[in-house]
Amino acid sequence: MTTSNIETPLIGGPQPLASNNEDSPLNGVKVGVVTFPGSLDDRDAVRAVRLAGGSAVHLWHGDHSLQDVDAVIIPGGFSYGDYLRAGAISRFAPLMEQITAAASGGADALPVLGICNGFQVLTEAHLLPGSMIKNNHLHFICRDQRLRVENNGTFWTSEYADGEELVIPLKNQDGQFVADNRTLDELEGEGRVVFRYVDGNPNGSRRDIAGISNAAGNVVGLMPHPEHAVEAGFGPDSSARGEVEVRGGTDGLGIFTSVLKKLVG
Amino acid sequence: MPRIVVDVMPKPEILDPQGKAIAGALPRIGLTGFASVRQGKRFELTVDGVVTDEVLEQARHAATTLLSNPVIEDVTRVEVLEEDAQ
Repeated sequence: MTTSNIETPLIGGPQPLASNNEDSPLNGVKVGVVTFPGSLDDRDAVRAVRLAGGSAVHLWHGDHSLQDVDAVIIPGGFSYGDYLRAGAISRFAPLMEQITAAASGGADALPVLGICNGFQVLTEAHLLPGSMIKNNHLHFICRDQRLRVENNGTFWTSEYADGEELVIPLKNQDGQFVADNRTLDELEGEGRVVFRYVDGNPNGSRRDIAGISNAAGNVVGLMPHPEHAVEAGFGPDSSARGEVEVRGGTDGLGIFTSVLKKLVG
Repeated sequence: MPRIVVDVMPKPEILDPQGKAIAGALPRIGLTGFASVRQGKRFELTVDGVVTDEVLEQARHAATTLLSNPVIEDVTRVEVLEEDAQ
């Protein structure tokens, strides 16, 4: 099955972004967004890529071709209904085999971002270490969450200053990042903790970890949702950059501009 | 048809939030004799025919690659159900 590339309408019209025009080199960067049965945030991720100035390509989990995309986003949601374990069945989707192979390919490896359920898929696929279990307080949580960028050397964080903070939505039930101490020490030592929760740990994640990367820095996973904080009027009510209008937070946009600018080089 | 049972439990060092919630609910129905609860999963793999060594090996492979995540879970049992073996 092939999904069509239906243009996702931008409610209220596109924002006047400097990069959002056809002459921009960013427009030539193709970012694929994978849809599994049960994905929820694929459309939002597609919008985020377009708002950042790139071209988004819908990818279907059951396909065997990556359609020559330059990067891939595995979005949030409940792929396969979270049956067995979150991400456990999605990991064996035909397209995931292609993604795993392409993401493991050394210097030219495919940049991959996993958000929430997508992060869980990446850990199940062994592209990232550790795993997520139920939040320590057992509740589904949905709130605007403050994070700190701990490594701006990855494909997905280069537009942020090192140590910069951002506020983006967090919404999940299985958000508690766990790994054994040796793995955690390794992640810390190699600078692979990419995002850390600030102002309180929302789910019991080890060492306040909100996002990590692989050793090469092309694969990043995080639990909070940058794609929900990319467009004024539709984002969180707060920003780490100061006061914003109601729903004016766009702190997540830098994740998407990072990969586009990195790929244009 | 014979069945192979696979039991999967959260690793001892991993906090089991679901087990904790169940432990908290037990006293509410008057059952106070339990110190803690851990919740695992049981899978039953039905075999069409005889359980050969090869099939059992496939079940072990399934247990460690798909049915459990070794980061957070242990496979505590892979065996043919006794009542089916008769």
